Amino acid sequence: MQKQKELLKVTDLKQHFPIKGGILGRTVNHVKAVDGVTFTVYEGETLSIVGESGCGKSTTGRAILRLDEPTSGEVEFDGNNLLAYNKKEMNKVRKDMQIIFQDPYASINPRHTVRQILTEAMEIQNSVPKSERNDRVLELMQTVGLGPHQADRMPHEFSGGQRQRIGIARALSVNPQLIIADEAVSALDVSIQAQVINLLKKLQRDFNLTYLFISHDLGVVRHISDRIIVMYLGKIVEIADKKSLFNNHMHPYTQALLSAIPSTDVEKKRERIILKGDVPSPIDPPKGCRFHTRCPFATDLCRTETPELRSADSMLDGHMAACHYMEEIKSGEHEPTVV
Amino acid sequence: MSHSTEHIDNTRTVEPSNPNPNSNPRFKNWKIVFRKLKKNKSAMIGGFFILFFIIVAIIGPFLTTYAPDTQNLVNKLQTPSGEHWFGTDNFGRDIFSRIIHGTGLTLLVGFFSVLLGATIGILLGIIGGYYGGRTDSIIMRFMDILLAFPGILLALAIVTVLGGSLVNVIIAVAISSIPVFARIVRGSTLSVKKLEYIDAMKALGASDTRIIFKHIFPNITSPIIVQATLNIATAILSASGLSFLGLGAQPPTPEWGAMLSDGRNFLYNAPHVALFPGLAIVAVVLAFNMLGDGLRDAFDPKTKE
Repeated sequence: MQKQKELLKVTDLKQHFPIKGGILGRTVNHVKAVDGVTFTVYEGETLSIVGESGCGKSTTGRAILRLDEPTSGEVEFDGNNLLAYNKKEMNKVRKDMQIIFQDPYASINPRHTVRQILTEAMEIQNSVPKSERNDRVLELMQTVGLGPHQADRMPHEFSGGQRQRIGIARALSVNPQLIIADEAVSALDVSIQAQVINLLKKLQRDFNLTYLFISHDLGVVRHISDRIIVMYLGKIVEIADKKSLFNNHMHPYTQALLSAIPSTDVEKKRERIILKGDVPSPIDPPKGCRFHTRCPFATDLCRTETPELRSADSMLDGHMAACHYMEEIKSGEHEPTVV
Repeated sequence: MSHSTEHIDNTRTVEPSNPNPNSNPRFKNWKIVFRKLKKNKSAMIGGFFILFFIIVAIIGPFLTTYAPDTQNLVNKLQTPSGEHWFGTDNFGRDIFSRIIHGTGLTLLVGFFSVLLGATIGILLGIIGGYYGGRTDSIIMRFMDILLAFPGILLALAIVTVLGGSLVNVIIAVAISSIPVFARIVRGSTLSVKKLEYIDAMKALGASDTRIIFKHIFPNITSPIIVQATLNIATAILSASGLSFLGLGAQPPTPEWGAMLSDGRNFLYNAPHVALFPGLAIVAVVLAFNMLGDGLRDAFDPKTKE
């Protein structure tokens, strides 16, 4: 992989939501939804974030766009720190980064026609001159696979997949560089999912888009990603290119997660790792390694010291995981401590 | 919704869009609401009564044989007859034509106080719900204070301060209806605000004003319409109440509440003086309540057509 331009650089991003309590409504505690996340998205690639519900993957996406104001950290887009921008400056750069949402029924205004939805987006960012907006609407609709005769229809006249295409067209209408797809296909039927993913791939080629693809569906992620981040309880546990992650994963959590992918090969026996217990509360996350409460390999070291993201000899460039024992587990030296 | 549109198909022929305005889907929701409303008997009766009162208010004053404030002391306290359909009051004025002349007044008081109260209430509610936090707390605590007083008591206090006149009654009734609207609008705003399309607008860089007026307000109109209809009834009742207490319309204005008040002195020997204005108030209030309840059911997506 050649050295690419860094488009988005997230450094030590934290998103702590206050919990108000008591009569006076004081902040009694925080939900540490995202707790120190650092990664880089290169231009033209698809970087996926996977993890189970509540691990902070969507929150990360929203914090990057400042839909929720992050608690601390740095978000650098094209070399500029977004968190230093005021509202006006931020609104200006919003045309470069767009988001596609999960629920195609909630993500478009039910009272606006497709034409109104797309025109308004262009109007807000003034990305297209007024006289050309109409042509651009039809062009965009064609790009995402909708017909020009559907321009004056209301959202409720479309199916879920078509609505998602409208959402994609809206994101494209301001000519963004980066698109954050927040569970963009999770609410769709499997057959429609494939179509929308193929559409996203085609758009990426045609418009040189960069995707931050947030999903819990490893099958989808495997299909679309270049690189993958695995998150657990607000932290990154492993980051790697797709091939390394699926073939040479280092973190026990990644291993458990991957073992959950259903296989179509009946002959092949898969070793299913079933994690015990629930994800601990992000209000009071476990000390040390956050995964130690459910990790079969956990030791006292895991319970006291937080592992940092690091690389090992057997790992390719850019492949990092956060586990004290990843080499030993891989070589079989470190046996599971609990059976 | 054809299935072929799910595929990326750039060679599709262009169908002409349907120019028939009746099929415009933007009015589809309203058509469904109206269809449901038509099936609701009490709502239709209420609606027809309101329509009837509006027509009476507009053309009635031109058709009455007696002027509303012409006194005829020889003919005072006449019982209903062919000449004076609703009888005459203690000054010999024709009660029927006074009620007709008062209809417009009553409707206008109801309409304008709700318009004023709803406008302020909607603005406060939407601001509180949208911005949340301290702004919300301050607005809603203030609304709680207003709500702590019974509506009529609050209106009474305000009119006492402002002085008794019909305009002041409108202001007073409007103020007492602000918190009701603010609460309803705030609640609806909170539920619409968390929908993803609001986030999508934020991600596009839309201003708060645009989001509030173009994307939140149009999606919370149904509860507002229902509440406004029901509140017109309350407003008319409060305004009549204030006039009854002598704080609203001043004599000789043919305001129904004031007429009721005049009539109470003759309740034993001439009950019709109080009876007819009272019936008129009951009819209008009932009509608005019936329509309002019907609207609430019609707007409820859970009720079947």
